[in-house]
Amino acid sequence: MSGHSTYVPRTALGKWFEARLPVVRLLHDTAVSYPTPRNLNALWTFGGILAMMLVVQIVTGIVLAMHYAADSRIAFQSVESIMRDVNWGWLIRYLHANGASMFFIAVYIHIFRGLYYGSYKPPREILWILGVIIYLLMMAAAFMGYVLPWGQMSFWGATVITNFFTALPIVGQPIQTLLIGGFSVDNATLNRFFSLHYLLPFLIAGVVVLHVWALHVVGQNNPLGIDVKSEKDTVPFTPYATSKDVMWIVLFMIFYGWFVFYQPNFLGHPDNYIEANPLSTPAHIVPEWYFLPFYAILRAIDFNIGPIDSKLGGVLAMFGAIAVLAFLPWLDTSKVRSGRFRPIFKVAFWLFGVNALFLGYLGSVKTDDILFHVPGLDYQAVVWAKLSTFYYFAYFLVILPVLGYIEKPKPLPVSINDAILAKSAPSSAH
Amino acid sequence: MAESDTPAEPTRRDFLLHAAGAFGVVGVAAAAWPFIDQMNPDASTRALASVEVDISGVQPGQAITVMWRGKPVVIRNRTEKEVEEGKAVKLEELKDPLARNANADASADASDANRAAAGKENILVMTKVCTHLGCIPLDESGEFGGWFCPCHGSVYDTSGRIRSGPAPENLPIPPYAFLTDTKIRIG
Ligand code: HEM
Ligand code: FES
Repeated sequence: MSGHSTYVPRTALGKWFEARLPVVRLLHDTAVSYPTPRNLNALWTFGGILAMMLVVQIVTGIVLAMHYAADSRIAFQSVESIMRDVNWGWLIRYLHANGASMFFIAVYIHIFRGLYYGSYKPPREILWILGVIIYLLMMAAAFMGYVLPWGQMSFWGATVITNFFTALPIVGQPIQTLLIGGFSVDNATLNRFFSLHYLLPFLIAGVVVLHVWALHVVGQNNPLGIDVKSEKDTVPFTPYATSKDVMWIVLFMIFYGWFVFYQPNFLGHPDNYIEANPLSTPAHIVPEWYFLPFYAILRAIDFNIGPIDSKLGGVLAMFGAIAVLAFLPWLDTSKVRSGRFRPIFKVAFWLFGVNALFLGYLGSVKTDDILFHVPGLDYQAVVWAKLSTFYYFAYFLVILPVLGYIEKPKPLPVSINDAILAKSAPSSAH
Repeated sequence: MAESDTPAEPTRRDFLLHAAGAFGVVGVAAAAWPFIDQMNPDASTRALASVEVDISGVQPGQAITVMWRGKPVVIRNRTEKEVEEGKAVKLEELKDPLARNANADASADASDANRAAAGKENILVMTKVCTHLGCIPLDESGEFGGWFCPCHGSVYDTSGRIRSGPAPENLPIPPYAFLTDTKIRIG
């Protein structure tokens, strides 16, 4: 794609085809001869893992759709019959339900990889923003998918989340009615969510193509965060990256398989095996685990901020927590990409990671729970959520912009090749 | 095609281009509307506009819940104590100062009298959907003896007014009328 094509059609048919539609050349340049930095570590295999998971979700989803009935009177029973009656239905549903969780585990690792190695910095801004869009679409797809089995968590999750829109003044209520197609979540909601749940993964596939295209224009980042300078810094995608990707895909599949076969309901919520009941809200509603950090941020804002009431404030903070990612290329002012060479950034980054996990935990407990029964730390969970939310935003809006000016990075190696040679020849290093 | 200089006057081609463009924009907007509006509640949902309820069996301290437009509406026959508690609250203490009663003026204050049924201060008819994010609050619970929402902890008093927690407004009162002394039509 970027003018390095080495593809030479060998057969007569290959030549004939090449002159009419050079798609084989495109694939060859993308997945065979494409030069990758020679120092990539295992974290760079998660792009391939994500692509595989998208295919898994689409294949299992299309099969589920053959047996599922999007009608609020029978949706719950149809999922139960997939589990009990359909040949291998239990396997396909568990692959799909746990596949969504695996998809998110992989995307979070993929995102944190980018955060640490500065993969969002020039010239990869568009690549990064396309990634944020994929992440948003994934969240929408997973949310609507979770509504389909029409259990208690499906129903109340859909109610609470579509009610986010009512926080907007004036237009909020009409938007919510338009989204759910009624005065409360009902059959109309279920039907449109099914239609959109089927559509979104294909939109994701489309954005993935753009994401990979952008990647192949600017090239991959690498653990050192320095630019590829010569051919010596790279190896061809096949066999080097391909074999590494395949190995990590297999390891990931073992992890995924463990959940599917041994703990298929561990990541779900038992209340979703109770059919939706519009008259009774479960005592403690929680979203799926991958939304918990954002749920904690939503609940942390229980105070009015000037003219913005607590409800709108919570919703804005929650969406803002995702939107801020799109501005990251311009918020981080440091010229150095990789966190390896940034001593203060490193600390802030790991704190951010721990803080994100802590937010996830906070999203899973009740707001008035006491987390630490230690004098002086025995605050309600909502107090911790406020502190954590503060750090989440401070990382993006204060720490990263300021660090670029005050931090003194360690010296960068001259090239990827030099750095590797220095490492593999310890005699010359001392 | 002898002339090589562009004429200063708008040409016929410019006119056609702009006219077609303008028609195109209006046409696309008009064609988009049905595709957006089809998502709004359909005729059968809108038709569920009213229900009639017999409340003769509801003793003081009891309540019934009926569905109206897919939402639960509670009809509570309040005890004297509940009514007194509702009346005793000063308006300044309320988070939401408005009655939120579809049968009263939009600017009516949230006094207990403006929330209870006209002429029947013991009867409270109210949509039992939390004004925060739409969960169903539990009856006879919370520190004000009214309703408590388990989702994010909003507390409503015996008149259904928001007293603490993230919910911004009092529980809304739907349009309703007494057909007879013991029969109510909601909607
Ligand atoms: C981005 C990819 C996808 C994600 C993240 C995703 C996520 C989900 C989730 C979380 C559920 C609920 C699982 C449960 O608890 O039962 C679900 C259900 C479902 N999905 Fe997907 N899905 C994806 C792609 C698809 C596709 C492409 C189709 C159809 C062509 C599909 C069809 C279904 C059906 C029919 C159900 C209901 C059956 C069930 O609940 O097991 N999904 N999806
Ligand atoms: S929905 Fe009732 S407190 Fe949030």
